[in-house]
Amino acid sequence: MFIMNIDELRRKAYQLRIDIIEMIYNANSGHPGGSLSAIDIMTVLYYKIMKHSPKEPNMPDRDRFILSKGHASPALYAVLADMGYFPKEELKNFRKANSMLQGHPSYLKTPGVEDSTGSLGQGLSFACGVAIAAKIDRRDYNVYCMIGDGESEEGQIWEAAMNGARHNLDNLCVILDYNHLQIDGNIYDIKRPQPFAEKWLSFGWDVMEIDGHDFNEIIEAFETFKSVKGKPSLIIAHTIKGKGVSFMENQADWHGKAPDKKQRDQAVEELKRYV
Amino acid sequence: MSELYSLRKIYGETLVKIADKYPEIVVLDADLAKSTKTQLFAQKYPNRFFDMGIAEADMVATAAGLASCGKIPYVSSFAMFATGKCWEQVRNTIAYSKFNVKIVATHACLSVGEDGASHQACEDVAVMNVIPNMNIIVPSDDVSTRFFTEEIAKIKGPFYMRLPRSETERIYSDNKKFVFGKEEVLRDGGNVTIFSMGLMTGIAIKAADKLRKNGIKVNVVDILTVKPIDKDTIIEFLKKSGKAVVCEEHEINGGITSIISTIASMNYPSKLRSVSITDKFGQSGDWKELFSIYGLTEDNIIKNVMELEND
Repeated sequence: MFIMNIDELRRKAYQLRIDIIEMIYNANSGHPGGSLSAIDIMTVLYYKIMKHSPKEPNMPDRDRFILSKGHASPALYAVLADMGYFPKEELKNFRKANSMLQGHPSYLKTPGVEDSTGSLGQGLSFACGVAIAAKIDRRDYNVYCMIGDGESEEGQIWEAAMNGARHNLDNLCVILDYNHLQIDGNIYDIKRPQPFAEKWLSFGWDVMEIDGHDFNEIIEAFETFKSVKGKPSLIIAHTIKGKGVSFMENQADWHGKAPDKKQRDQAVEELKRYV
Repeated sequence: MSELYSLRKIYGETLVKIADKYPEIVVLDADLAKSTKTQLFAQKYPNRFFDMGIAEADMVATAAGLASCGKIPYVSSFAMFATGKCWEQVRNTIAYSKFNVKIVATHACLSVGEDGASHQACEDVAVMNVIPNMNIIVPSDDVSTRFFTEEIAKIKGPFYMRLPRSETERIYSDNKKFVFGKEEVLRDGGNVTIFSMGLMTGIAIKAADKLRKNGIKVNVVDILTVKPIDKDTIIEFLKKSGKAVVCEEHEINGGITSIISTIASMNYPSKLRSVSITDKFGQSGDWKELFSIYGLTEDNIIKNVMELEND
């Protein structure tokens, strides 16, 4: 289940990208852009960094991953299914009635999902609560939380940023999926949440910047996080929305749109080359 | 005049009292610990108390995270902020996942008094009631407050408990045991029923006793559990009397008047009247004066009962 080799991790991420495209195509609905930008980081977390057990999803000492940008649920479901949290056939039911795979992650419905997210801005506060619980109980698990750059326009993200630093949550690592695009366009043109590094530094966090598609850099950042003491970490991951599918890359239109048959065929064809 | 009790003080004292028995309890507040009285817990158990600052949305979602790890978070602020400022966080991050978070809000509705409409949540029960998985308790005196502060720790799932700012008289005997989901019958054997909630129960009893002296018997049912409401008791009393006055220090829209009206119309259509706030904001002033201005009085209850009685 766990993968140590970089080439294998990369191949795994591309295989999961195919699952993402198939799920969204099958559902005729979903969010490919932000799933494809996030999947490399999530692959590293689940296959290399995190201590977790699909057979025992509620293991008290497991590391937690909280997908605050819940619309990237296809990426999370692809990983959880591949790891064996639930049967892979379930992916076909994504977004369908009576399915365990809701459009956005649902804690009560899906094994491996830690928090019901999708309404933006709330997952990071939740992650702080999980990290505080570890401190109270003197457990040594880590909490990983992925937020979006568009999501950072929510005020609650900054409430939680204060909270994390206030409680010296060095067991909390936030990954910012910095792909520049939100539904209506470029984040800089819309709300301008930048600059990120300066803001988070001034909020008292340790800040790293990496290429969110470079597996060596992703792994190194998580290793660095584990060595930071006394404060929470933010990894600004520079990513490409729609990464891996030529016609989806850097296109805001592909935030929340399903491919048609022809587009799906082309996407899978392109992704297969890297598997 | 009987002794007056501050229900929020009872809440804070009870938290301290049960803290050792329930080591999973943690308490969060949003810079109002002195007013909500969670400060009493903070002083005794500083490592289990978290002042989350003036950030209610962050507070309730953090509480959900703590609950996901087995903690029993009690989250306090004024009713206005604990239900209004973070309604969607309560819905999506707490209730949707059924996390074991206890929202105990103080300073509900007109009992706030001088701070005025901005701080007077008279719609808090309505907005919590529409959230699936949410449970709602509204104690009416110190005994019920003390009981339910502990009881909700024993029952898994999200709770909203509503407390006033002002003080009130004791209604129940000292060691009274209540049942979650069961309303309390305080007066029986009458032709008209008063269903009352929170501070209005004390006022309703006085109205009922005054009426009784004048030969008019009324029932009083204290709606302690608003959700899931005790339909059986409500239907039983509608059948007994066929006429009821619903009393609440809350908006008529979405409060227990609305809830009981729905039960009545679907089960046993009855003549109902309401002593409540009718689509109005509150205002500054001494809380007793405000109750009088908004018609939340003994006299108004009596007037409504008499009109039903003579109907």
